[in-house]
Amino acid sequence: MMRNYRNYFSRPASALLLLLAMAAPLQASPSEAVSFEVAAAGLASSSYSDRMEAINALGALGDPRASGLLGSMLESRLYRRVSDDRLVDARREGSVYLLSDPSTGEPLGEAGSRDIRKIMVNNSLRGAIRAVLSRMDLFSEDLERRRTAVEAATGYPSSEMADSLAQALANEDDTDLKAAMEIALATSRLLSTDAAMRLAGLETLSKTTSSEVRTMVSRLTETDADGEFYEPDPRVRGVAASIMADMEARMRMLENVGKLYQGLSLGSVLLIAAVGLAITFGVMGVINMAHGEMIMLGAYSTFVVQELFRDYLPADLFHLYLPVAVPVAFLVTGLVGVALERGIIRFLYGRPLETLLATWGVSLVLQQAVRTVFGAPNRAVENPFWMTGGFELAGVVTLTWNRLVVIAFALAVLAALGLLLRYTALGLQMRAVTQNREMASAMGIKTGRVDYLTFGLGSAIAGVAGVALSQVGNVSPNLGQSYIIDSFMVVVFGGVGSLWGTLTGAMSLGVINKFLEPVAGAVLGKILVLVFIIIFIQRRPRGLFAMSGRAAED
Amino acid sequence: MFSYKKVALLAAGALICVGVAAGSAQAKKDTIKVGVLHSLSGTMAISEVTLKDTVLMMIDDLNRNGGLLGREVEAVVVDPASDWPLFAEKARELVEQKKVDVVFGCWTSVSRKSVLPVFEELNGLLFYPVQYEGEESSRNVFYTGAAPNQQAIPAVEYLMGEEGGEAERWVLLGTDYVYPRTTNKILRAFLRKKGVKSSDIMEEYTPFGHSDWQTIVSRVKKFANAGKRTAVVSTINGDANVPFYKELANQGISAEDIPVVAFSVGEEELSGIDTSNLVGHLASWNYFMSVDSAENESFIKSWQKFIKNKKRVTNDPMEAHYIGFKMWAQAVRQAGSTDVDAVRQAMYGQEVRSLSGYDVVMNTNHHLSKPVMIGEITSDGQFDIVWQTDETIKADAWSPFIPESAKLTADWSYPWVCGNCTKPKFN
Repeated sequence: MMRNYRNYFSRPASALLLLLAMAAPLQASPSEAVSFEVAAAGLASSSYSDRMEAINALGALGDPRASGLLGSMLESRLYRRVSDDRLVDARREGSVYLLSDPSTGEPLGEAGSRDIRKIMVNNSLRGAIRAVLSRMDLFSEDLERRRTAVEAATGYPSSEMADSLAQALANEDDTDLKAAMEIALATSRLLSTDAAMRLAGLETLSKTTSSEVRTMVSRLTETDADGEFYEPDPRVRGVAASIMADMEARMRMLENVGKLYQGLSLGSVLLIAAVGLAITFGVMGVINMAHGEMIMLGAYSTFVVQELFRDYLPADLFHLYLPVAVPVAFLVTGLVGVALERGIIRFLYGRPLETLLATWGVSLVLQQAVRTVFGAPNRAVENPFWMTGGFELAGVVTLTWNRLVVIAFALAVLAALGLLLRYTALGLQMRAVTQNREMASAMGIKTGRVDYLTFGLGSAIAGVAGVALSQVGNVSPNLGQSYIIDSFMVVVFGGVGSLWGTLTGAMSLGVINKFLEPVAGAVLGKILVLVFIIIFIQRRPRGLFAMSGRAAED
Repeated sequence: MFSYKKVALLAAGALICVGVAAGSAQAKKDTIKVGVLHSLSGTMAISEVTLKDTVLMMIDDLNRNGGLLGREVEAVVVDPASDWPLFAEKARELVEQKKVDVVFGCWTSVSRKSVLPVFEELNGLLFYPVQYEGEESSRNVFYTGAAPNQQAIPAVEYLMGEEGGEAERWVLLGTDYVYPRTTNKILRAFLRKKGVKSSDIMEEYTPFGHSDWQTIVSRVKKFANAGKRTAVVSTINGDANVPFYKELANQGISAEDIPVVAFSVGEEELSGIDTSNLVGHLASWNYFMSVDSAENESFIKSWQKFIKNKKRVTNDPMEAHYIGFKMWAQAVRQAGSTDVDAVRQAMYGQEVRSLSGYDVVMNTNHHLSKPVMIGEITSDGQFDIVWQTDETIKADAWSPFIPESAKLTADWSYPWVCGNCTKPKFN
């Protein structure tokens, strides 16, 4: 991405090697084989600069064997075998390592951890390897490899790349890749010594906002430590400045879109955490301090399902663990909720203080129970591949998959709940019992049964929230505590008893928070939101969507 | 009334349990008592339970090898429940009522500050195993974790150097409390001294347990776009790390673009994160589980056996307790007594072969000389050690980069005999 190109140029040696790399295929000499061995041996050196030199030398040789060697070094799988100093690719398999030749893939047997020594690679070396590999890959048969090569060329622009990029561009058929190549070519032209070339490059770049390009263009308008412009030609500077102004205007717009998305995403997290509470507190009026722990139980159910998938099912089914975890968490927390209602809460209806204390006690018991069973440290819940990463909008806003899925999921859960309350017999009974318990009872509704089903439903939804939240945050025994305050805030702000209120409350709190945060900072931003809610509640004690009629007066 | 009966029953049951526990703790006489003051419940349990287990293992090991001074060593474990005032109460209980000879405990700086007056008043002895902000040296505390010059400063120097990628622009991210604030104050002074402009430093704080990192991560991305190589120094603590790293990975920030070096993320924290997208991000410690030494190998083996879990990891604060416990046992043997004053004198210059394979020494400023190591996260949740010091580095109790503290000296030997003085007490 935004890898610094100056860094690269601060090493004149590597620029020279680059030139050699271009020329290498022309001079096939018998000495080549020897120098490949010598260069490869350099990778095992303990000195950082020797290893860096060896990587660049391998790149310069253009030997096809180098690609496998550097590839396994990039993945931290390159080892030196102690017995004969041979460089091998090693994969851990239980307590032993399976060895193979990094260039040919030919298996070389097994080894213990004492028989091989790892070739250490750090960020700088990985960067250099990627650059070398990408130059080799620019003319590869494989589209994906060409694509990564072009990406690296944009991130690591150099004037020497211009010719090979132009050549690759002429041969390229894929239109997307062609566009990317044009940008890479234009970026490398910015480094040309010819002012006309730099101008031509700028022209192509004026339409993009990607971060690498922005960095390159803005540099043309800046001065170095002595106050000298990096760009000697005032004409080029002028064009660069006007392009920058354009880019910035577009970026500001995109940034606001980004903030809105982040706000909705935070809102959806608040929403999914609060929906369950909207039932137990909003509909039933139980001040349920154990709500957070229901979320936590849902998250731990996800963890258990994940572990079962890992242990008992083939690896290619692993990514399906999440859809399976949803009903599991629903059932587990639903049953815990029913037990809680039958065992404790039903004796405390109409006594809010006692309910608060009892449910708070339950929350502590549940936390410590989970800590005893699963241990105190965090548990790792992996994002399945379809929830990893994200995509960039014009290099400014990144929309991440896990958050997009959570937004969709939160809305789906809310919609399902709304439908259930509106159109099913259970929903009708729930609303009847909430509005007038005696009358509902007189109409033949078993109010006790409705009570535990309602509480169970609220808890089950909290559990489902736990499945979603395990994808964006921690899974630890304290998970619930971090959501309980926010959940109450959303329900009270939105209006107790109103699902619409919960939705609007969550989304508006999320968006307000995200527009405040860049200005006020995360700490002050949070305080400001709380102050805002306090003032709001004083003005409108019943929240955004106040319930009207008799139900509101009890 | 049903519920009242129930509550009364429960309360009675709880009382009986407490009574039994207290009774059994009083049973043995003439043992050497080691207090363990780590949170076993509440937010900090996540880190501290492991340290309690480490001390128990060390005691177990000592008893198997004949105990200390011919006596058996007994652990007295209390639970301060991540509650800072409770730390002080429990510390008093340990020293005054349970009459322990030494205490191993605390994690957060605020818990240490809370127990400090208790240990000083009662002349107790505390071993504190966590890396911290420095700016302290108490007569009654031995600090076995890293001071900033043994962790933060070397990490920043590494990232400035050619090997680390020559970073010129810095983001200092932290949780909003004393350790990150002080560390960043020291780092800012250090960076300014190295010629980094104020406009090239971004400093941001977040509340404890911050879970929504979208804004900050996108701001870091934007900050890094200024055409200078950028690195992030993270003093983010505890639970907030998991969503932070998830957001980093999902927004596509790789360590080759913007390396993040963390001072509170070790093997234990990584075991709660999927690290396949975090390869190359860094941490700076005095020990990594991947250290290749005979001591480390046998320690890991006995730890996994003790905890009955072959996947359990080790981390830096565990090593600090390992060093502290070994040193204390050596000092007790040397002094021939567990008397706090005698042991304190014997501690100075005490040497232990640490798990990292170096001989670490206790100095008269109550801090250690330890090696510094920088590791890069690997895809299996471990660290590759990419850089380490040739020799041990002596901890500065007072940072030379903060003007007020540069004047102070911590030296508990004659003629200074002081933890924060500008001139010796005796001369």
